[in-house]
Amino acid sequence: MPLTREPNLKDPDGLYAAILDAHADLSESESMALNARLVLLLANHIGDEAVVREALALARQSIDAAASR
Amino acid sequence: MSDVRDIRFRHRRSADQDRGAPQHHPIIIVGAGPVGLVAALELARKGHRSILIEKKTNLSDGSRAICWAKRSLEIMDRLALGDVLTGKGVTWQSGKVFFDRRRVFEFDLLPERAQRRPAFVNLQQYYFEHFCIEAAARSDLIELRWQEEVEGFELTEDGPLLRIATPAGHYRLTADWVIAADGARSQIRRSLGLPFQGRVFADQFLICDIKMRMERGAERWFWFDPPFNRGRSALLHKQADDVWRLDFQLDATADREVVTDPDSVGRRVREMLGETVAFSFEWISLYRFQSRRLQRFRHGRVLFAGDAAHQMSPFGARGGNSGIQDVDNLIWKLDLVLRGRAPEALLDSYDFERIHAADENLLNTTRSTDFIAPKSAISRAFRDGVLALAATEPMARRLVNSGRLSVATCYDGSALNGPDGFATDECPATRPGAAAVDAPLADGWLLDALGSGFVAVCFCREQASARAFQRARGRLEPALPLQNLIVTDPIACARYGAERLPAYYLFRPDQHVAARWRQPEADGVTGALTRASGGAPLNA
Repeated sequence: MPLTREPNLKDPDGLYAAILDAHADLSESESMALNARLVLLLANHIGDEAVVREALALARQSIDAAASR
Repeated sequence: MSDVRDIRFRHRRSADQDRGAPQHHPIIIVGAGPVGLVAALELARKGHRSILIEKKTNLSDGSRAICWAKRSLEIMDRLALGDVLTGKGVTWQSGKVFFDRRRVFEFDLLPERAQRRPAFVNLQQYYFEHFCIEAAARSDLIELRWQEEVEGFELTEDGPLLRIATPAGHYRLTADWVIAADGARSQIRRSLGLPFQGRVFADQFLICDIKMRMERGAERWFWFDPPFNRGRSALLHKQADDVWRLDFQLDATADREVVTDPDSVGRRVREMLGETVAFSFEWISLYRFQSRRLQRFRHGRVLFAGDAAHQMSPFGARGGNSGIQDVDNLIWKLDLVLRGRAPEALLDSYDFERIHAADENLLNTTRSTDFIAPKSAISRAFRDGVLALAATEPMARRLVNSGRLSVATCYDGSALNGPDGFATDECPATRPGAAAVDAPLADGWLLDALGSGFVAVCFCREQASARAFQRARGRLEPALPLQNLIVTDPIACARYGAERLPAYYLFRPDQHVAARWRQPEADGVTGALTRASGGAPLNA
């Protein structure tokens, strides 16, 4: 199954806020630590390594595209 | 036993040194470390004479390699040294991992019991060498030349030429075959100008072996970021004679003179084990991780093995063990070539298979190194995240990497592998290329029964199938140079995927699986045997 690139959340604004709330009052390094743990937990939950790799590539591509603008 | 490290091996002038012209020998092995010694013993067991050249006068000065993996012990069993190594060493199979003050993870490396050898035996390298040298002394096919150093090496029309320095002057030798087991700083590798490519890591590690009485099991204990070595790692592991291996990660810029000073090391030891601990030093050494290998292990009739061919981080115990397994792979092939039973090209499979193993070992040790000593803030964030989650989350425990401990490499993709008659994903542990898995038989162990030639084994639970196989045997293996075995023991059958249906395996002399079938045909078995011996026409 490829990475889902169409909207897939019932309450997208609510979840976006929840992600930011999780970072509330954290320093930059603590936020980095939180993001790392989140990636590890979600990657394990997804399980399908091809999907995780596709997401990694897509995220990286978006950073590289921004850098080359 | 008096201290084997006090033994001195004196140079004895050989008759070769009195000849004007270089004398010729079929096989010269350079380096009498574990790899060179096992090579000589394996060759002798197969009836081949070898000369072993060693520059030192004593055994390994430090404990160095200490963890001998199950597969290495099984190889040493074929040399009748498994019992003495296991008897003197410390058997272990489990470990604990700590993060700061908390225990976050425990592991057991041998979940499948009922095998002759444990996951690991810890034993100082000098003992390993000592037992090998005792065995070599009992053989009249091994000549050990101590205090002889290869100072020049070239490939001539007469084969490899070695220029050797001894306390009694210089002499030269030529050989049909040279096994270069002369270690990480291999003179042969340098003489041939062969690049040793890879990475050298900046982090420094301090090894300190101490002697002390401590009532603690023989587990491997590993700390990330402990109070006594903040921000870095440490390891504690038991060896024979109440010797313990301590390993401290240090700052990349730490000054060698300062950190290896016994007073400074002593302070570290007391911070780790308590102010009142009574101990004496055995060995202190500082090292940096290396991750390098030769591009080819076979250069014509020069065969590189062990650290001379590949060098890797010690976390995972893959240095010494992969060296022993190099030799295990090499010697049966050299034997077939020397006896004219296989073409020289069979040795190209040594190159392929052991480079495949070296790459697997280098990949694993490099990944461990990146986990143990993170190179960037984000790398550390993920590492610390794994360790923090591991305390409560099973998913994170599998990611904790304090060294992935050595297991035998499966030679996937080797030209020697024959057909796999099993369904996809069926019993992958014993697929073609894999090392045989041990199992108890009614009268001993499977690995002993396999012996050390090509052997065909029918695993079947039903006596009726065994009888059918026996009847078919003549048809299946017409005049092949092949031993036969029928195994009906339940654990063995389960491990080889023969609980319900019979399975038929062809094993190589190094006990790796060459091919397997559900319904073997005579042509298939003959073809697989030919393929596994390098494509030579077979004559029994």
